Amino acid sequence: MNEKVKEPLIRISKRAGLPVWKAWLIRVAAIIIALIVCATVTTLMTGENPLQVYSTMLYGAFGTPRKIWMLCQCLAILLCISLAVTPAFKMRFWNIGAEGQVLMGGLATAACMILLGDALPNWLLIIVMLAASLLAGAIWAFIPAFFKAKWNTNETLFTLMMNYVATQLVAFFVILWEVPKGAGKIGIINQSTMAGWLPVIGGQKYLLNIIVVAALTIGMYIYLNYSKHGYEITVVGESERTARYIGINVRKVIIRTLLLSGAVCGLAGLLLVGGTDHTITTTIAGGRGFTAVMVSWLAKFNPIFMILTSFLLVFLDRGASEISTVFGLNHSFGDILSGIILFFIIGCEFFVSYQIHLRKNAGKED
Amino acid sequence: MKKFLAIVLALTMVLALAACGANTEKQPSADNGDAPVDAAGMADLKVGFIFLHDENSTYDLNFLNAAKACCAALGLNEDQFIFRTNIPEGQECYEAAADLADAGCSIIFADSFGHEDYMIQAAKEFPEVQFCHATGTKAHTEGLDNYHNAFASIYEGRYLAGIAAGMKLNEMIENGEFTAEEAKIGYVGAYTYAEVISGYTSFFLGARSVCPTATMEVTFTGSWYDETAEKEAANKLIANGCKLISQHADSMGAPTACETAGVPNVSYNGSTVSACPNTFIVSSRIDWAPYYEYVIKAVAAGEAIDADWTGTLATGSVVLTEINEAAAAAGTAEAIEAAKAELEAGTLHVFDTANFTVSVIDAENFVNANATTDADNRLTSYMADVDTDPAYTGDTEAVVDGHFSESAFRSAPYFDLQIDGITLLDTKL
Repeated sequence: MNEKVKEPLIRISKRAGLPVWKAWLIRVAAIIIALIVCATVTTLMTGENPLQVYSTMLYGAFGTPRKIWMLCQCLAILLCISLAVTPAFKMRFWNIGAEGQVLMGGLATAACMILLGDALPNWLLIIVMLAASLLAGAIWAFIPAFFKAKWNTNETLFTLMMNYVATQLVAFFVILWEVPKGAGKIGIINQSTMAGWLPVIGGQKYLLNIIVVAALTIGMYIYLNYSKHGYEITVVGESERTARYIGINVRKVIIRTLLLSGAVCGLAGLLLVGGTDHTITTTIAGGRGFTAVMVSWLAKFNPIFMILTSFLLVFLDRGASEISTVFGLNHSFGDILSGIILFFIIGCEFFVSYQIHLRKNAGKED
Repeated sequence: MKKFLAIVLALTMVLALAACGANTEKQPSADNGDAPVDAAGMADLKVGFIFLHDENSTYDLNFLNAAKACCAALGLNEDQFIFRTNIPEGQECYEAAADLADAGCSIIFADSFGHEDYMIQAAKEFPEVQFCHATGTKAHTEGLDNYHNAFASIYEGRYLAGIAAGMKLNEMIENGEFTAEEAKIGYVGAYTYAEVISGYTSFFLGARSVCPTATMEVTFTGSWYDETAEKEAANKLIANGCKLISQHADSMGAPTACETAGVPNVSYNGSTVSACPNTFIVSSRIDWAPYYEYVIKAVAAGEAIDADWTGTLATGSVVLTEINEAAAAAGTAEAIEAAKAELEAGTLHVFDTANFTVSVIDAENFVNANATTDADNRLTSYMADVDTDPAYTGDTEAVVDGHFSESAFRSAPYFDLQIDGITLLDTKL
């Protein structure tokens, strides 16, 4: 037999350990290349000056105090949902049902505002809303967790399907509570009485959400890194068998973690419905339940880094929408730019983790 | 920390690029010497427009075209108007409105029914900015000086389009394609909401005024824009034996389904002849340009705007597109002109109580609950829900001088009766 093994043209190997500065060099290079590609695409497709497009993006994100507040609000909500899915992800439980859990939290909040708006004093109503939204989100996550723990069902499909159930439930209640009849919209709930509207701090309607999520971020960081629960989550994520061997009750950890995950999603629903939007629609989560997956992954499940990754995504989105307005382009064009940048950012992680070897002595023998 | 540093570096770079971009842009800005500024206030006016979708929706395209036409007619330069498309009916609408106010707009228009509450919210926060909302119902009761509604008597346009449909049915009956009894119209509606009910009823009455045996089936999609659902709805109606389709939903779903099936279509919001050259007959639409011009001129001159404005055939707000001779029956244009003249003269009323009967009154199920009829099932009284409230309480007598007086007590339609001859296949309440 021929001893010689044909060496492929390209060989990929896992990097043993890349110095941190080198990893960051790769990432920065990726962003630079992404911006150059975006600029080329922009010029070729629209004839606009790419530099102007970038400055418009920045203006869209930071141009006025309101835009900055809006950026922070969007960041807070996305971060809140990302924080919610993180403990489950760290446990290798693929909770992609955040969208539905947020919707259920929002639906519970809206139900309290509509049904109890006149019956309870405001402080009590808000407490009831808080309890209801946390519970609704937790229940929505508990169901797939219970099935996973008990019968080892596939949690990815299960949580995904729960999203559609939640969407249909919201659609049903929107029709039930719509104003006026036949409009298919609830409109702003309690617009005149403001019953159940979360308090506005310092005249800034988004500040409360931002403070709550900031506190949550720190709390989640401590929970995951310095608590016994956090340790158990990590062990279960690394190896279920190890966890069982060292006496961790895996079922209990799965259910407990998903209850937490769902409850935090429910909280995001409360902040959206009670804090800012004061209405419920089937699109109120706006796909953030899925974007959160990316935020969490890009940050490697570290709550502090998640501030940066969610900032990046929100910045791209706000900037893209400004581009479509200023240049009269379709919103899809902004999405194309976001897509290019994300492609490079996600793609560069491959080069951070792996090394590419080209065949050196190609064609030397034979 | 290092990650943070990297982001900061990336940002700095972007900012540096942006700074370069801003520098290269410092050229003398547009020459507005040829702008026909007819009012002193017009030159420093800025107008914001909020649209639910973009030009892919026939509904929003109609608004977009009107806005562009109006800005051009008034000689506004590019810095004087801002279009915001794809603004959903939620908090995003308030944010877009507030953002436009920050950008210096003194008038902000929104085009979709569900934008209303958010426009009101913004109107309360920016009392110096005029907020004008098309198709809404609350301005006349809200009591805000800077919040306004507008609509048009589109039921008259629908009636005229209905005449074209009736003529087409007659032609097909004469050609022996089907019997007079089989003359069934199909209608794809969005929601079982007064605006849609008023629209299909007036369309049906127009068709029946020339084709007395016409009946109609209506199905609802539960969405203003759902191309697949609208297409499927049209196909379902065609399968049910409907000989002609019209729609009140905003995608190209129903018109393209008709073109594929070879079934004539009376469209809405604008001509669909380019996509449907063989089946498009005519389309009624609201031309919003007269309203836009009215508001912008009034603000420029410092005059007050009506809280609730109704466009009519006379203001040029209710119009029909060009008739597609390839699909329309002979004599359609003449018949429409004749009816239009009568409508304008006030000798013809679309909802004349002599022209329709109401035989089902079922208060428990909210079917015609506020109606009173005589022995012949002719409508004698109807308490319409003009002042919006969650309980849909009838508050205004709408039957005046032998006809249901639509768009008179407020601009947005409130005719929500279910008349005989029209079958609802489903309801999306």
